[in-house]
Amino acid sequence: MKFDLLSIGKAFLANFGLARIIILAFFIFLCIMAVVFQLDVAELLTSSLVRIGMWGVLVLAMLPAIRSGIGPNFGVSLGILCGLIGALTALEMAFRLRETVQFSGGVLFLLAILISIPFAVITGVFYGWLLNRVKGSEMMIATYVGFSMVSIMKIAWLFLPYTSPEMAWPIGRGVRVQISLAGRGITRLLNNFLSFNIGDVVVPTGLLLFFALMCFLVWLFMRSKTGVAMHAAGDNPRFSEAAGINVNRSRMIGTTLSTVLGAIGILVYAQSYGFVQLYEGPMFMPFVAVAAVLIGGASVKKATITHVVIGTALFLGIQVVAIPVANAFTTEWASMGEISRKIIQNGVILYALTQAGGE
Amino acid sequence: MLTPNSIPEEKVKLSNKQIIIKFLTNNMVTIMFIVLGLAGFFIAGMNPFLFLFDIVARMSRNSFLVLSLIIPVVAGMGLNFSIVLGAMAGQALLIFVTHWGITGLPGILLCIVLVTPLSMFLGYLTGKLFNKAKGQEMIAGLILAFFAQGIYELIFLQLVGGIIPMENRVLIMGQGIGVRTTVDLTDGLKYGLDWPGLSWGMPNLLRPTLPWTIIVGVIVLLVGYLAYILFFKGKRASMPKLISAAAVGGFLVYWSVNQIQTASMINMVRIPLLTWFVILALCLFIVFFSKTKLGQDMRSVGQDRHVAAVSGIQVDRVRVIAIMMSMVMASWGHIIFLQNMGAFSTYGSHEQIGLYSVAALLIGGATVTKATIGQALLGVFLFHTLFIVSPSAGRQLFGDAQVGEYFRVFVAYGVIGATLAMHAWRKLLQRKGELGV
Repeated sequence: MKFDLLSIGKAFLANFGLARIIILAFFIFLCIMAVVFQLDVAELLTSSLVRIGMWGVLVLAMLPAIRSGIGPNFGVSLGILCGLIGALTALEMAFRLRETVQFSGGVLFLLAILISIPFAVITGVFYGWLLNRVKGSEMMIATYVGFSMVSIMKIAWLFLPYTSPEMAWPIGRGVRVQISLAGRGITRLLNNFLSFNIGDVVVPTGLLLFFALMCFLVWLFMRSKTGVAMHAAGDNPRFSEAAGINVNRSRMIGTTLSTVLGAIGILVYAQSYGFVQLYEGPMFMPFVAVAAVLIGGASVKKATITHVVIGTALFLGIQVVAIPVANAFTTEWASMGEISRKIIQNGVILYALTQAGGE
Repeated sequence: MLTPNSIPEEKVKLSNKQIIIKFLTNNMVTIMFIVLGLAGFFIAGMNPFLFLFDIVARMSRNSFLVLSLIIPVVAGMGLNFSIVLGAMAGQALLIFVTHWGITGLPGILLCIVLVTPLSMFLGYLTGKLFNKAKGQEMIAGLILAFFAQGIYELIFLQLVGGIIPMENRVLIMGQGIGVRTTVDLTDGLKYGLDWPGLSWGMPNLLRPTLPWTIIVGVIVLLVGYLAYILFFKGKRASMPKLISAAAVGGFLVYWSVNQIQTASMINMVRIPLLTWFVILALCLFIVFFSKTKLGQDMRSVGQDRHVAAVSGIQVDRVRVIAIMMSMVMASWGHIIFLQNMGAFSTYGSHEQIGLYSVAALLIGGATVTKATIGQALLGVFLFHTLFIVSPSAGRQLFGDAQVGEYFRVFVAYGVIGATLAMHAWRKLLQRKGELGV
């Protein structure tokens, strides 16, 4: 075995992938620039931590999908829609029962999760059933199922009977485009839980703990009998079928779990953001989550929790740092943050598609 | 060996009832949209003249784009969502030619000449990418369009005016960098192809009214057919076909003559003749191309890549050429589209091109593996009928035009999702059949 630098470098390149190296280099470059331009590093770190916690669960939703063999879940917007229904229903309940009980923020958050889970399970089962019928084209079909459902829900938001004044437009039909969570004790509920300062950096302990808890639960599930079977089914469907594993059932479980995580993920996102975004809101969220897990080192066939954590930190970190750095560089480059996000996000997905190597 | 497209045709004679059922199931999507369109038309209480105005304009500007999707389908690469890149190229050239101040038909021709190498290059890169992601071309095309949007914004929002010099008070934003969010083509390239005489003070040059177009069209067809039989010794059509064609033609001419004599509003509907010549030329080209060696190779690649490779066809090369052709057509199509619109959103007007073109093609009855010119044109007609009627139908039904607008967007996504799912399911069943599982 040779230990010269060149072969180590080559092995590293093969393992780590060119796209990922470019992105890592870009991130390091941005961080150096942030220091050079004397930006408020503590501020940047704080908002990075918040963004990581906000997106973490949504990115984690990719894991069971990839593991079970359906590939990155481009249709996680289905789960997001279930989460939104949960959130709106919980808020509506709080409004209708306001005479008898006052829900605290924590109860409201739990209630939203509890309401959204049954919706997500039912949706996930149907969605998994569909994806079992379109093996080989899951990614494309998931994308368009997601787009279709988001656009049919745009019509549904106009007709669903939510009456709470914060949600419904005072005149006209339907719920607002963006619903504020202010004044219900739910905004930044997780972020503020046990939060503490290191120097000027605020650590959103509850948010990160919740993400860690979700990762732990998924990790635990992956080690259960069902989880191991699911991994095998995703890894080598034909062999697993011969070994007596019900591949279709495993894929369905993976899809359902992914959908449920998507529902919980959007609730975590919304409580940190302070708003529930409807209509176009969930349309392009799946692509961010897919790109994040791929940046972390996952492929369309393999993913681990480490990939989820690294990917979320790297991708969301870039998004947080890029905008102020671009602005500090020159004010004319105000759109650079958003442009670099588009290029990196979709470039990484494209790279992963070419690495998957055809049929 | 059983490949997806070589399943033996059923030779069993079908009863009339079975034929009808087969026809209905094969054309389910199209029939559904005919019904939807008709229902929407009557619910909305459309003024037929306004509808005619609108549909003629929409068909003239959208048909070319939708036709650009056919060749990749034939080559087995599915629905080419990457035509958005071609649209971007076309739009880029429109911006530059507007900046250079060349107007009217010459400006459009300059755009076409300059955009061709650019879109060929983009098509070459896209084809290479698709060859690396075989079997996932559609999702790759979709993501590629998002990726290219980032590059496009980088160029036109941040580089133009700075690193790429361009001084133009009208086009460039106040601080001197980046193209404004809308570009107005009025007094420039607007109607360059539709009204070629506009800049020479002859607004109605090559823009005959609908009745006159019909009369001349029928006469040209008749003369062409006679010449075909007499001078080229062509095959004669069967008697029932001839009689029905003559009846339809005769009726159309009779109706048109009648309309011209009255002061009907039909005489206000004008046909952009040059645009339709271009569309017709593209149709003829596609028919002609499918008969050439390359076209035949493309068809074999589309049917089975492995069989084609064994029989000596350079599969990857043929696939790249298919995407390049589609990309060039898309860039031309988008120029035709925008010169008719007359103004466009610099960073948005190309984004939905892929979605709406693909949806239109599928509504006409095309699938992931089969698309014809007729399906493309029928699809444009049905899809845009729905587009025209749905807001007012929504207002009539629910008191809210928004519902109709959301509905038509849902239809576009939904029809693509459903068609793709049906296709993938069928492919899976066929593969299972082959393996004998």
